[in-house]
Amino acid sequence: MELAFVIIATVTLGGAVAVMSLRHLVHCALALVVTFAGLGAMYLLLSAEFVAFVQLLVYVGAVAILIVFALLLTRSATVEPHQGLLHSKVAGVGIALLAFGTIISALLTSSRFDRTQITAPSLTVRQIGEELMTRYVLPLEVIGLLLTAATIGAVVIAMDERKVADRSKSAEPEHAAEDKHG
Amino acid sequence: MIPLHYYLIVAAMLFCIGLAGALIRRSAIMVLVGIELMLNAANLNFIAFWRYSPNPDGSQGVMFAIFSIAIAAAEAAVGLALIIALYRHYRSTDVAEEGKKE
Repeated sequence: MELAFVIIATVTLGGAVAVMSLRHLVHCALALVVTFAGLGAMYLLLSAEFVAFVQLLVYVGAVAILIVFALLLTRSATVEPHQGLLHSKVAGVGIALLAFGTIISALLTSSRFDRTQITAPSLTVRQIGEELMTRYVLPLEVIGLLLTAATIGAVVIAMDERKVADRSKSAEPEHAAEDKHG
Repeated sequence: MIPLHYYLIVAAMLFCIGLAGALIRRSAIMVLVGIELMLNAANLNFIAFWRYSPNPDGSQGVMFAIFSIAIAAAEAAVGLALIIALYRHYRSTDVAEEGKKE
């Protein structure tokens, strides 16, 4: 159990470091898939099977592919330009280390997190589905609405403005002709 | 048995790697990826606290993580659409370059 944890944590964190340090952006996207899959394995270790599969479906299946699409669409699949801003790099890593130190010192000094697992939870997917349809039905509807709005918004934002403008220009004369006939 | 600390430390490390990446990367897509890593670290915390809670049979922790994943997916879709629109405008996804042109 502990060996599995060490291996999964190493793979996940190694993948995360690779995502943030590799120069070739497609390699970064592949390392991102490794990180997301490692997190899924960690959810399995925590006996949250449903969340692990959701993680695989949503992150590995959708978000990682979306990022690869964005990389290819923006033609930034080549190597990132040389990072000449050394001071900003040092500052960024410094801020991250400062945040890490703060979290870790809070973690290790507090006795609040000194817990052990009591029993294995017996939460089944059937129970989760029933809860989603009864107790959590309103949040579920809200999240559905949010996802619909986000999808429509993404399409509208990413739509090529010039093409839309051209289309409306070519459509205008027809309307004028129709008006004359009318 | 693995103590709760270990999971929280892994989540903290993941969060800080994401934070460092979001601050130092020059590609806007990689900044978004850093934010995704930070969100994932928060999700790991939700699940770890649920598993080690006095009542792990309750479904609140799992529900919170699932809704959080759905929000992250919506955020990624809108964020990448914004980056594509930005690329069309500036012909680049370089965050530092876009600042200089203003």
